[in-house]
Amino acid sequence: MAKRVLTFAEQREGKFKKSAFEAVRTGRKIADEISAEFFTLVIGDENAEKIAPELGNYGAEKVFVVSDPKLAQYSLTAYAKVIADVMREIDAEYLFMSATAMGKELAPRVAGKIDAGFALDCTDLKVENGEVIATRPVYAGKAFIRVKVNSDKKIYTLRPNVFSAGESDGKMAVVEKLNVNLTDDDFKVVAFETVASTKGKLDVTEADIVVSGGRGLKAPENFKLIEELADVLGAAVGASRAVVDAGWRPHDEQVGQTGKTVSPKLYIAIGISGAIQHLAGMSSSKVIVAINKDKDAPIFQVADYGIAGDLFEVVPALIEELKKVLGK
Amino acid sequence: MKIAVCVNRVPDTETRVKIGADGKTIDKTGVNYILNPYDEFAVEEALKTKEKFGGEVIVISLGGSENVEVIRKALAMGADKGILLKDDSQRDTFSIAKALAEVLKEISPDIIFFGKQSIDYDDQAMPSLVAELLGLPSITVVVKLEISEDGTVIAEREIEGGREKVRSKLPIVIGAQRGLNEPRYPSLKGIMAAKSKPVEERPAPQFENKTEVIEMLLPPPKKPGRILGTDASAVPELVRLLREEAKVI
Repeated sequence: MAKRVLTFAEQREGKFKKSAFEAVRTGRKIADEISAEFFTLVIGDENAEKIAPELGNYGAEKVFVVSDPKLAQYSLTAYAKVIADVMREIDAEYLFMSATAMGKELAPRVAGKIDAGFALDCTDLKVENGEVIATRPVYAGKAFIRVKVNSDKKIYTLRPNVFSAGESDGKMAVVEKLNVNLTDDDFKVVAFETVASTKGKLDVTEADIVVSGGRGLKAPENFKLIEELADVLGAAVGASRAVVDAGWRPHDEQVGQTGKTVSPKLYIAIGISGAIQHLAGMSSSKVIVAINKDKDAPIFQVADYGIAGDLFEVVPALIEELKKVLGK
Repeated sequence: MKIAVCVNRVPDTETRVKIGADGKTIDKTGVNYILNPYDEFAVEEALKTKEKFGGEVIVISLGGSENVEVIRKALAMGADKGILLKDDSQRDTFSIAKALAEVLKEISPDIIFFGKQSIDYDDQAMPSLVAELLGLPSITVVVKLEISEDGTVIAEREIEGGREKVRSKLPIVIGAQRGLNEPRYPSLKGIMAAKSKPVEERPAPQFENKTEVIEMLLPPPKKPGRILGTDASAVPELVRLLREEAKVI
């Protein structure tokens, strides 16, 4: 019998995350390479059902939808049960999903249910001699391991922003509704309310561009420079541990080994000297710009472009130049 | 209330990683080890829970004899007793989770705290996996926790761009995130008292690994970057390069 691959495509409130498209495209690619049948799973309510066909744009052919009004709100325990049941039902060997806040806690719970080994937060997946080899960062990116999962069932989560979703294929997927029997006991953990930190705030792990500030900004109110630059670029705001520890910025903005690890297209470090634990969290960014007074600061060793000057002079000029060039 | 907290010993954040002779793990020479930073939030929350409801805090760590150090640190902060699950082998997350689950099942705590992730292998799987193996609910990346007398648990966990409020019930597993609390420093009295607190040592239950590390690699070296200037006059060139050479804006 042909092998089977399942990708779980995460949606919240009737909208797919970009990372869901990345997971579908990657799952499809791996399935093709190991000559496996490819399936996609969407969980939610009727809104999820409506958007499921659009996954055809990213390589899905058949999308299973488990839809229930009770699944409109994310429930870790119920979602884990649904994914595990579908894995068993279709006898899939491989499961792919995004290493998002949801995926990071779902994957281990599904693994426990179906006795699957896993490689989480992968930054690369390759098929070698018919086997999937995962590359994932360890020590916040100071090193990488190449891992093989040996159990019958295998789970991989994909770091958002690293894998390509590719261009839209302009195809619609076939949707098939599946029933999973859920009891009250399956809803032991329920997320009942979402609180956005600030309106429309982008998360550093999901943004294409991150603008981070450090102690060089001298005072918390000077972060308005960082916010303004981020605004012009449509970027997320990040921060070094020093300024988070000082209480200038919330810890959900912290980039580094005890904060978030990011891989944006462009990372701009402003007034950040580049402590090793910060470098670990951002050095996998595709292009790095550093603006710092001290030309010997370690940040310049990982930066592609740098300006070794006074940020209070350079950043306002950069904002003006970008406004001009980007027509804002 | 019976409270358990699982802790790990990890290289400190200033460590420069070198690959060890086996090509699969780090070179431990000269590495300074600490209590996993997220576990400090777990220990603190365990202590606060005990202060509110009474009971005892049991610290569990799986690893070599040297893991006693991190158990002692938690005891110095105020935990009551420790269990070292002694093991010197290379185990994957699943195998460690099974060993912890087996011991936790026997202890049967009302609440189990973990740091949300260990800063060595970073896979953020342990709290959720142990909870699943125990058949318990779990909430991870927790930045706010309220436990009511009737056993209701309301927590806030970090998600992309915000937080979600989550409802559940004891017994439960919690993965602590930075922001949950301010971990206390062990007092001198606490450090002295920790020396006489009991730490039971037992062999860790053995389970098979499900994964195999083929090799550990350092990130590819970056080619040296360019310093474009020392003042605002370099800005137009920077913007040009970002658009025309790097093509990122």
